[in-house]
Amino acid sequence: MNQLNPLAVLVRNEPGVLARVAGLLARRGFNIHSLAVGETDDPQVSRMSIFISGDDAVREQAVKQLRRLVDVIRVSDLTDTPRVERGLALIKVNAPRERRSEIIELANIFRAAITHVDNATMVLEVSGNRNKIEAMIGMMRPFGILEMARTGQIVMLRGQAALAPGQSEFPDPSYLTEAVA
Amino acid sequence: MSSQATKQNPGLPATNGSDAVIASLHAQGVEVIFGMVGGSIISVYDALHRDGNLRHVIVGHEQGGAHMAEGYARATGKPGVVMTTSGPGATNLVTGLADAMMDSTPIVAITGQVVSRLLGNDAFQEADIRGITMPITKHNYLITSADQVAPTMAEAFTIALSGRPGPVLVDIPRDVSEAPTEILTSDQHRLAPRLVNVPLGHPMQVQRALNLIAESRQPVILAGAGVIHSDACGELRALAELLQIPVATTLLGLGCFASDHPLSLRMPGMHGTGYANLALHNSDVILCVGSRLDDRVTGRLERFAPNAKLIHVDVDPSEISKCLPALVPIVGDAKQVLSALLQGARAWERRPDFSAWHKVIATWKQRYPLGYVQRDGVIKPQQAIESLNGLLDDEDIVVTGVGQHQMFTAQYYNFRRPRTFITSGGLGTMGFGLPAAIGAKLAKPERRVLCVDGDGSFLMNIQELCTAVRYRVPVVIMVLKNSHLGMVRQWQGMFFDQRYAQTQLAPPPYDQVAQAFGALGRKVERPEDLLPALRWAMAAAEDNQLPVVLDVKVDPDEAVLPMVPAGGANVDFIPCRLED
Repeated sequence: MNQLNPLAVLVRNEPGVLARVAGLLARRGFNIHSLAVGETDDPQVSRMSIFISGDDAVREQAVKQLRRLVDVIRVSDLTDTPRVERGLALIKVNAPRERRSEIIELANIFRAAITHVDNATMVLEVSGNRNKIEAMIGMMRPFGILEMARTGQIVMLRGQAALAPGQSEFPDPSYLTEAVA
Repeated sequence: MSSQATKQNPGLPATNGSDAVIASLHAQGVEVIFGMVGGSIISVYDALHRDGNLRHVIVGHEQGGAHMAEGYARATGKPGVVMTTSGPGATNLVTGLADAMMDSTPIVAITGQVVSRLLGNDAFQEADIRGITMPITKHNYLITSADQVAPTMAEAFTIALSGRPGPVLVDIPRDVSEAPTEILTSDQHRLAPRLVNVPLGHPMQVQRALNLIAESRQPVILAGAGVIHSDACGELRALAELLQIPVATTLLGLGCFASDHPLSLRMPGMHGTGYANLALHNSDVILCVGSRLDDRVTGRLERFAPNAKLIHVDVDPSEISKCLPALVPIVGDAKQVLSALLQGARAWERRPDFSAWHKVIATWKQRYPLGYVQRDGVIKPQQAIESLNGLLDDEDIVVTGVGQHQMFTAQYYNFRRPRTFITSGGLGTMGFGLPAAIGAKLAKPERRVLCVDGDGSFLMNIQELCTAVRYRVPVVIMVLKNSHLGMVRQWQGMFFDQRYAQTQLAPPPYDQVAQAFGALGRKVERPEDLLPALRWAMAAAEDNQLPVVLDVKVDPDEAVLPMVPAGGANVDFIPCRLED
């Protein structure tokens, strides 16, 4: 699988902003692998975590195009930066009584929570980065997955650096230096 | 809100969202609105009527209104305003908005919308115009409360004008325009400060650009519409003349540098001059200012200017390295950056000597001039354009539709001033010419406005003749009639074995059509009648304060040359045919 590149985007929390961002990326030919959006501590600002795939030039275009949107406050390409990525999956599996303990054992390994159990099924809740969730899904497949729901991954920088709304519409001077190197 | 802000006028109904719209337009200094009334915008028109101080032009079709707003904006640099009702009124704006988006033209479109509680119910004349126009506006709004009208309008005008200009749409449901709200005083229509940010160009990048130019031997300046938007034509000329760098001007940049200046290479690209394409191809440094390097300019990208180092100046960072990687990216307003370059270059102790480069270019100019073959008794379209050169003043405005006539105008007319050429570049919108000319003439009544159109293009918004007659807008329209969709026919002739699929037209006599609308018209069929007819048309338009249409029969077999076949490299252009 190609490397996926995370973009963190702060947007004005206004109706239609999701359509603007998704529509822009789609019509300019960027492939969105996942997108997660939620309010930040400032209710006027939402944060989107968008995973696309592309080389440096493609991502640079994606970032610049997003910055053209009036509702977009900041965009940061978090590729090659230390970061935390998390997503959540709910997995409903076949769980007849005789296989229950086996599933519980696997759930424990993945630190998945068992959010529902009955005579025939279990619902597992697993969180983590994409690889971990994929691995968990792989382990559950032999039992028979009845249904599954996943969130997009959310992403955050490690350390003191933080993506916060700044004063300027073009806060990130990276475009000034990209060709210098 | 303070009580002073409230308009106390007991004789009138309390002010509502519609009054706020009109107050906002006044606050923005709007002189004229192009529009058409309808059920969802009726209350705003009522406020317009009660106000009585804003000029409104009823258009024949909303698309025409959008192009008029564009023509007004392109002639002045101020935002043009178009206003329509919901549903079809709004969707008819789509082509004009897309056109303005492609050509970075500041217009503000105000559309009525069905009442809020019906939104999403497929109500009568409901269209999700905000959703529809998201990709073709710089930004758009659906206002949900009357109190939001004034701040939204202020933001809309700011966005339309700031940075790289563009179209903004404001959609107002009928209940919002009818809901009570207080009217702000004029200083309360303030601009949203976070949007008014003009990047100046990074000094380090400016220095790197200067270094590249100083070391270059074969530089070219490629000037686009950004130079006009930022009013930087003086700086461009000063820099070009100081360093003696040749200047090529894109279609939308025409007028920012005199076409007949000794340093001018005229227009490059698909129908550009051979010498502009050769100069760019052989250049070692390109200083590209305010052009997005679109495919009609560059031709096949991999073979465009293979040895050139690109300095790219643009106010919109997304344009830099979008098509071609820039070695020196300068995000900045063209005027600021060109001033900084000029200042830097003036301080040089020694200026580079480009005389060898000029000699090479002179040989190309001699070898590949623009030209065509005259034939007795037949009007060549190029000849019709050339005859305008002595006839119009530098400040007069030339507008075109889209097609062969547009390219002939770009090639053969000598543009000398910014904002004197108004044409649809990026979108290539046939039917743009007449309404844009009307908008330009209303913006600049003291200038003469001449629209060159094709017989296919003219028909697409011919209903605006009615508008021009009604409001006595004295534009002259020179229709080059070849009875074909000439540009496509040319491609069919050159690349499709002369299979002329659906390109033959049956145009009506446009002089008579004009007369039926109440305009003046005349047929021109012989070369010797051309100049007298044009002189008559210019005088008759002003004397009668009416539009004048010249139906000019031209050679249908004339192709636009030079030409770079689509997908080809610019250097492989087909030159002009100078003899039979």
